[in-house]
Amino acid sequence: MRNLPKPDPATLVDIYRKMTLIKQNDERSIKIVKSGRLVMPYYSPRGQEVIPSAISVNLTDEDYVCTIYRGIHDMLAKGFPLNDLWAEIAGRETGTCKGKGGPMHLTYPSKGVMVTTGIVGSSMPIANGLGWASQLSGDKRVTIANFGDGAANIGAFHESLNMAGLWKLPVVFVCQNNRYAEHTSFRNSTAVEKLASRAAGYGMPGYTVDGNDPDEMYGIANIAIERARSGEGPTLIEAITFRFNGHVLGDAGGYIDKAEKAAAVAADPVPKLRARLIAEGLASEEALASIEHQIELDLDAAVAFALGSPYPDIAELKRDVFAHELA
Amino acid sequence: MSNTTQSNIIQALNAALHDAMEMDPKVLVLGEEVGDFEEGGIVGVTKGLSTKFGDNRVRSTPISEQAIIGAAIGASLAGYRPVAEIMLMNFTTVAMDMIINHAAKLRFMSGGQTNVPIVIRTATGTGLSTGGQHCDYLEAWFAHTPGLKVVAPSNAADAYGLLLSCIQDDDPCIFIENIPSYWVPSAAPERGVAIPLGKARIARAGEDISVVTHSRLVGEALAAAELLSADGISAEVIDLRTISPWDRETVLNSVRKTGRALVVHEAVKEFGIGAEIASEIGEHLFGHLKAPVKRLGGAFSPVPFSKPLESAYAPTRTDIETRIRAMLRHEAV
Repeated sequence: MRNLPKPDPATLVDIYRKMTLIKQNDERSIKIVKSGRLVMPYYSPRGQEVIPSAISVNLTDEDYVCTIYRGIHDMLAKGFPLNDLWAEIAGRETGTCKGKGGPMHLTYPSKGVMVTTGIVGSSMPIANGLGWASQLSGDKRVTIANFGDGAANIGAFHESLNMAGLWKLPVVFVCQNNRYAEHTSFRNSTAVEKLASRAAGYGMPGYTVDGNDPDEMYGIANIAIERARSGEGPTLIEAITFRFNGHVLGDAGGYIDKAEKAAAVAADPVPKLRARLIAEGLASEEALASIEHQIELDLDAAVAFALGSPYPDIAELKRDVFAHELA
Repeated sequence: MSNTTQSNIIQALNAALHDAMEMDPKVLVLGEEVGDFEEGGIVGVTKGLSTKFGDNRVRSTPISEQAIIGAAIGASLAGYRPVAEIMLMNFTTVAMDMIINHAAKLRFMSGGQTNVPIVIRTATGTGLSTGGQHCDYLEAWFAHTPGLKVVAPSNAADAYGLLLSCIQDDDPCIFIENIPSYWVPSAAPERGVAIPLGKARIARAGEDISVVTHSRLVGEALAAAELLSADGISAEVIDLRTISPWDRETVLNSVRKTGRALVVHEAVKEFGIGAEIASEIGEHLFGHLKAPVKRLGGAFSPVPFSKPLESAYAPTRTDIETRIRAMLRHEAV
């Protein structure tokens, strides 16, 4: 794509920092679950690091994000603090949701992480409401609605994009097309080659981009976010990426095309950006190693904090069902 | 306190929405045809609102129930108080994911960091020959879901006061309107006065039996009670007003006094809210009961079209009267 805004060197390093956090957090999560110290359904975002990292550097803390069960990358990129996150996925009372939400319902409004849904497609209708609120109050916030290629085939996608296009809502619909809807390949589930082509049916621009290319992802996100912020309306971005792991931890992904996966893993976007930053002189080996080391330390601390925290009191079963606990 | 001026439920709901929007700029209205360009709703409940408060706060929507409830949820997360209209209760089925998985649960799943102060107004009721997909009472589905409040007024004053409370409440409320009752005259509401949720109303005091009901069938129960009074039978009629959380205290106190209870609703009897209420009465008042707790409800069938079948579907005043006489004679029915 021509004439896309480019990330400056500091922004690229920031994108790398977010990507590395996502990658190392993923590796740590898998390790801890496999060790038996933590029991949870885990939907790895490995391979999709670029998308939220390159989007988030265009956002403020006040901007909203709605994401899905495979959304830890979206949250970390938006600034969800590690201790709160880990305590939540460990089901502890110190978790951001007091342990009552878990990995599929992580919420952190002070960084704009408003809804995490376990239902395919349900991030979009709610994102519209946040966008409507911004339109009414004139607060200039932008809402990012994340979803996958599978969700593009559910009715909520159609209803939401039509309403957003009709009302010119400040929402950016980000389809992270990782080529597999659970076990079903894109070609076996979708009648069109490019999901972005559907945008024409909803009166909004649509772009299919390489979601693993930090420059392209940054540029298109920048354009869509500025369009939303200036009141011009929504955009559909189809970010092509690849899910390195199975649908959920424990699923070996036997249905994934081996050659396709080998090519994607060989083009792993995290080491690729690292090598580029060094080759282009945008960051030193030492500086990047220091970022990576600090993330490991932060993860050590978060895991220790989480596993050392108490479980919630059983009385929490009755709290937060309603504003006031029923007798 | 209601005055003697007459009103109807449509006028009362319109007044409640108007007053709530005037009191609080965060109150919004959305739904199919709610704007004045579309004539303010199919029966005019929202008439005049978009003209007065503007198309930003009162938005007619596409026929997109998931998107309607989703938009309401999202706006509420950002501090607004949307009142979403789902034209008919059967159409809530199209939006169940948004209502059950999201509106009801976000407060709990976020550990109280977010909440969803929305109202979902929806209308239903047999009697208008609409057949199997336009008149079901589905309150049991919603009452079975933790996190939702379920409200069903039976008259104009309650419609006003309960809707005002729902709008001001910090939790999601399902507000059920009965279509055939829309135009029935009753005492006008007192403007600006909310009626608390979770509190039943004793619509008629009595000594021999407690009839627990809601929505249109409050009128049928009152008519039956009037007929029975000619024979010296004194029936107490309790209008639940709020179905969930329901007013156990008022119901149990009444049944403790009368020793008999009949629960009546238009929804299918099997697994309906009557089962929960009857069960609670049995658990708490076993030693006080003079007769088994009985239920009357809709037939275990889809609502039929043909008039004689439709008329036989839901309990009538005659059914209530007959059942009460049998209970007082200790007849097994």
